[in-house]
Amino acid sequence: MPDRDAADPIYFSKAVNEALDEELARDASVVLMGEDIGVYGGAFGVTRGLYEKYGPKRLQETPISENSFVGVAVGAAMMGLKPVVEIMFMDFIALALDQILNSAGKLHYMYNGQVSVPMVVRTPGGAKGGYGPSHSQMLSSLFVGIPGIKVVAPSTAAAVKGLLKSAIRDPNPVVFIENKRLYAQRGDVPTGEYCLPLDKAIVSAKGQDVTLFAYSAMVPICLAVKDSFAAAGVSIEVVDLVSLQPLDRATIAESVGRTGRAVCVEEACVTGGVGAEVAAIIAEECMDCLEAPVLRVGAKDVPIAASPELEKFVLPSANDIVRAVRRTLEW
Amino acid sequence: MLNDSACPTPELTECFRKMLLIRYFEEALSDLFSRNMVGGTSHFCIGQEACAVGVVSAGQPDDVIVSNHRGHGHLLARGLDPMRVMAELLGRKTGYCGGRGGSQHMCAMDLAFLGTNGITGGGIPIATGAAFALKYQERPQIVIAFFGDGASNQGTFHESLNMASLWKLPVLYVCENNLYGMSISVSSSVASGTVAARAPAYNMPASSCDGMDILAVRDHAAPLIEHVRSGAGPALLELHTYRYCGHSKNDARLYRTREEEAEWHSRDCLDQAANLLRERGISQAEIDAIKQAVNVDIERIVDEASQQPYGDQDHALGGVYA
Repeated sequence: MPDRDAADPIYFSKAVNEALDEELARDASVVLMGEDIGVYGGAFGVTRGLYEKYGPKRLQETPISENSFVGVAVGAAMMGLKPVVEIMFMDFIALALDQILNSAGKLHYMYNGQVSVPMVVRTPGGAKGGYGPSHSQMLSSLFVGIPGIKVVAPSTAAAVKGLLKSAIRDPNPVVFIENKRLYAQRGDVPTGEYCLPLDKAIVSAKGQDVTLFAYSAMVPICLAVKDSFAAAGVSIEVVDLVSLQPLDRATIAESVGRTGRAVCVEEACVTGGVGAEVAAIIAEECMDCLEAPVLRVGAKDVPIAASPELEKFVLPSANDIVRAVRRTLEW
Repeated sequence: MLNDSACPTPELTECFRKMLLIRYFEEALSDLFSRNMVGGTSHFCIGQEACAVGVVSAGQPDDVIVSNHRGHGHLLARGLDPMRVMAELLGRKTGYCGGRGGSQHMCAMDLAFLGTNGITGGGIPIATGAAFALKYQERPQIVIAFFGDGASNQGTFHESLNMASLWKLPVLYVCENNLYGMSISVSSSVASGTVAARAPAYNMPASSCDGMDILAVRDHAAPLIEHVRSGAGPALLELHTYRYCGHSKNDARLYRTREEEAEWHSRDCLDQAANLLRERGISQAEIDAIKQAVNVDIERIVDEASQQPYGDQDHALGGVYA
């Protein structure tokens, strides 16, 4: 267990580090793979200190060969290891898509249950002020609709730790989406052992008038929007989806059943996004309760420009969310 | 090549029987296709039987095998129940993967067969990962990874050989070079001319031989397997062979000549093995008896497999997650 005061908030990246540390200590079949995860500590410092503690056998640094080292993780998982792979920037996961899509997600089914593929692909998605088109995208929606994999995108330090521990213990392949902006945010994290369920949304704030559905770094922005409406007497519910596949249909339906209004917020492109899937679930489950059309807020259908001054026009902003909330209230 | 000590006559006879089984099995499958009893497509290995049988028989029965899209020979060489392989090809519930996998996605974990694979080059990193696990778990087995010349042009081949060499993983990469990746020839697709020529770039030993000669395959596989099992790292074996049929069932073979095909047919692996057996004193009557027995087996296999049940809707829709 971590040696720290439970009252001191820790960074999101440290919470990831603690989850990896605890699972490495708990289970000898857990092995970390990826680029620069050793003495460098990972491109975002997430694995810092683990190489010194667990050595090269448990932390296998790889050449820059995403498709094959993810495939290596698949083969190792079939043979009983629990690999946790780091893809340095989520955009690079395109290089490994074949092994995630055609191997990790299909093997358990197509080999008729003879194998399972207990592996985690951790990767930071999203923009953080100027990384540019190939280092900034939130590609969450690429993985929704690939049967056989689970997709998780936590928004807080406490959630990321409990969810990553569950993902490592899960017998299925999990695409675990972290976020460059969240790494530097702090939150309270219990010091004791805990895991969180991979398939449950978290109601981050209770409200009555409209529900904001969000995940990853859009959740804290939605919470700020909620606060900005409080003075005007508008009560906003914020649901952190957490699990993008499977989506928690029950929580989505229950919330909209009470509020009658919904805005889906995400950093991925609006078109074909997770929000579209949430909107479809609402249409299927909540038609009789709806007071207004379900609205979507996300990145424009444009590559993420490198200049921070341009980037902000592409990404969804708090103002975009505010406008969508007003529109749904004024319908 | 005649090496009695490396392959005693009973073992050679068994290799001959297994090669016959593979050939007759695929000929029966081809017949089922022509009668519309099989869905989709299939990639026959007729002509290449000595590769699968030679390499697998040179390894241990619990060595891990990873195969590719042209995998029926590998499956049968490992000793899977041919009836259940056929049942899988016919989409039946009692097939090795319950009809979910079919030809290109068939595995038998109880026989350390990690699966055929429908993505060209897709199995190479999986084989490398299996070898990573064997080394991590300090187990004595090695991995044998089969793929074709076409797969050696995928990034996964180069990335995987690089990692396996750096990490000294126990894996034997076996390239069955049958001269064509679907229709593109090796001379138009492999800049180094041969696949074995790529091994020095990854600092691993390699050898190549006539893949139509069962004894040559065994003789070349054995020292590389010994090298790999010793912990010295991976190795690459290139087998020069030929698929008599097209790439898959709808291939008119416009990209190669009938003369070239005849030349390879004249060096048929089964004919060569039968000649070897005769040289060692096995009579033609004994050889004919082996053929007859395999034929009878195949008839039973097709008959039994055709009577197996299909899975139901729950079987089709369940089991996505562990």
